Amino acid sequence: MKLKIKKGVPLIDQHDKNFMYGGKFGGNFIPETLKKPIDDLTKLFSKLRKDKKFLKERNYHFKNYIGAPTPFIKLENLTDYLGGAQIYAKVVSEANGGAHKIYNATVHCLIAKKAGKKFIVGDTGAGYAGKMLSMAAKKFGLKCKIFMGAKDIKRQRPNVEAIRKNGAKIVPVNTGSQTLVDAVSECMRYWVANCDTTHMCVGSTVGPNIFVKICAWSTAQISRELMIQVKEEFGKVPRKMKLLNCVGGGSSAMGFWNEFIDTDAEFIGIEAGGPKNSKLHAAPLTNGSKIGILHGSAQYVIQDREGQIGGTESISAGLDYPGISSLHCFLKDTKRAKYTSASDEEALKAYQLVSKFENISPSLEPSHAFAEAIKLAPKLKSSDIIIVNSCGDSIKDKDIIKQKLGSYVR
Amino acid sequence: MKSNLAKVFDNCKKENRPALITYTVAGDNTKNNSLKILNKISKHADILECGFPHNTPIADGGQIQGSSHRALKNGTKLKDVFNIVKKFKKVNPNKPLILMGYFNLIYQRGENNFLKDCKNSGVDGLIIVDLPYPENKNFANKCKKKGITFVQLLSPTTSKERMRKIIRDSHEMLYYISMLSTTGAKLKVSASKILKNYNKIKRINSKKNLVIGFGITDKTISSLKSANGLVVGSMLCKIITNSLKMRQNPVTKLDKVVYSLKNKIL
Repeated sequence: MKLKIKKGVPLIDQHDKNFMYGGKFGGNFIPETLKKPIDDLTKLFSKLRKDKKFLKERNYHFKNYIGAPTPFIKLENLTDYLGGAQIYAKVVSEANGGAHKIYNATVHCLIAKKAGKKFIVGDTGAGYAGKMLSMAAKKFGLKCKIFMGAKDIKRQRPNVEAIRKNGAKIVPVNTGSQTLVDAVSECMRYWVANCDTTHMCVGSTVGPNIFVKICAWSTAQISRELMIQVKEEFGKVPRKMKLLNCVGGGSSAMGFWNEFIDTDAEFIGIEAGGPKNSKLHAAPLTNGSKIGILHGSAQYVIQDREGQIGGTESISAGLDYPGISSLHCFLKDTKRAKYTSASDEEALKAYQLVSKFENISPSLEPSHAFAEAIKLAPKLKSSDIIIVNSCGDSIKDKDIIKQKLGSYVR
Repeated sequence: MKSNLAKVFDNCKKENRPALITYTVAGDNTKNNSLKILNKISKHADILECGFPHNTPIADGGQIQGSSHRALKNGTKLKDVFNIVKKFKKVNPNKPLILMGYFNLIYQRGENNFLKDCKNSGVDGLIIVDLPYPENKNFANKCKKKGITFVQLLSPTTSKERMRKIIRDSHEMLYYISMLSTTGAKLKVSASKILKNYNKIKRINSKKNLVIGFGITDKTISSLKSANGLVVGSMLCKIITNSLKMRQNPVTKLDKVVYSLKNKIL
């Protein structure tokens, strides 16, 4: 059966009655205890997204708290240096807190308030999801707990400090690989035990279907802004335009592409290829992983033959996840988006080049997307447009960058 | 013909006591020991739940995670799980054994192949933690056709309307999760409250055998003995962990503990 995207229907709503996209991705593979909280949240969200007052409130906070719209700039020097396509960046890292994770965090806090919950919990890998949730929780008066792998606590120190400063409690996760995958599991387990009083925010477009929807709906702000900015710059959506975005769970890419689904824009997702000489990676789409179930959702996922979830490795904690959003699986199988990967080394090099030529400093996650832009641009003509979502700021990676490149300059 | 499970519940009802259901993980702490454990404790336990380990569980507490981790570390694969079951059932053909685990392993094996393995090794029932109703309807029907009991779960968050539907489509055994919790947490709800919910479910259909699990230990088990069955899991996993720490034999240790659990509900 050939999968197809329906025109004119929001991508997040293209699931069947079992909440599956294309009949095979997503769904709700959850313990019975979570059925009701998830049903309740599903009903509440479908009401709120049609509620004009709620939308007004959301837009107010997006503008006045997050700082919408984030800049859309041409990377003149990088374009000149590489020759070929014109390279642009949507500088989402200019959003309050320094990354796209603020959209999902803000919306979840607004929903938690509407649901009458006083506590909110979330997972984090790179620490941005945790930082933003702790920020938003503080702003909206919610008590907050963040689950974070012990390995990530060590390697993303600046964000850990920010989370603590915001008054949230960090719960170190010492099971498994001590990274994002374990943090999400532990956070879900915590929610199973506390779902009567606590709202859960899944940090990306992963997990049971409703979390995929809320997250993609929140980050869609990025492409709503970009659509206007692109039309201002080019007069219309250019015919040969590529939108490049890194994908780990896939939340920033979903937000970056959402409004362009029905246009000619080409989507390229860049996964984490891991260290050059390692067999480990975090790129299930690029490397042809099989469909499996992880964190309540069917998706392409790195696993062994038996179905045990496989280990991953990436320099970027935010992409270091064995699975991928069910929406990206759907975009891949419908051939609407293409996926490739960049290695740790390529990402570092891209970071170096971009921050040398331009006045932006992408974190290691979007540096994966820049690596692909650097590869592609020289092969294309000046009539081609490449836009990279620079969705995170490098400050959180200063320790890693200092260690790998000798110095970190801002 | 009545199933092994139905016969056990009938017997327990005659003896006016709940069925004692134990949970241990296949391959914990070794493949051999886990078989020995099953053989030993089956003298006291009425039904044996046997976990097939998964490395990304979303509803298990620390103790069961620890057991699964040990089992996976010593290389326990699905085929080993079925081997253990087969060997156990050869000696104890009438003792009901229920496999419990997460759906991804079944998904990768293929539903039909998995059920064939179950049938060949003598599995009596299945509990799949992350395949809720109504998504599990199809698979539950396949189980029924093979004569395998698919055990539906009910929780304190399950609405009455939903309970009715689940019970209507359920097989002979149902599992009530005592509280909002992962496995192995301290019982944070009173026994009387749990039994109140239990009775609510029984009133919907008194014929279904309803067992209670989560948070049940030697300290709490006797307060719930009016149920059709009681599941003890994390406590047993913890005893394996502790006896390994103390360099004791987990097999003899578990044998004693399950014996004393049984005495508490007689």
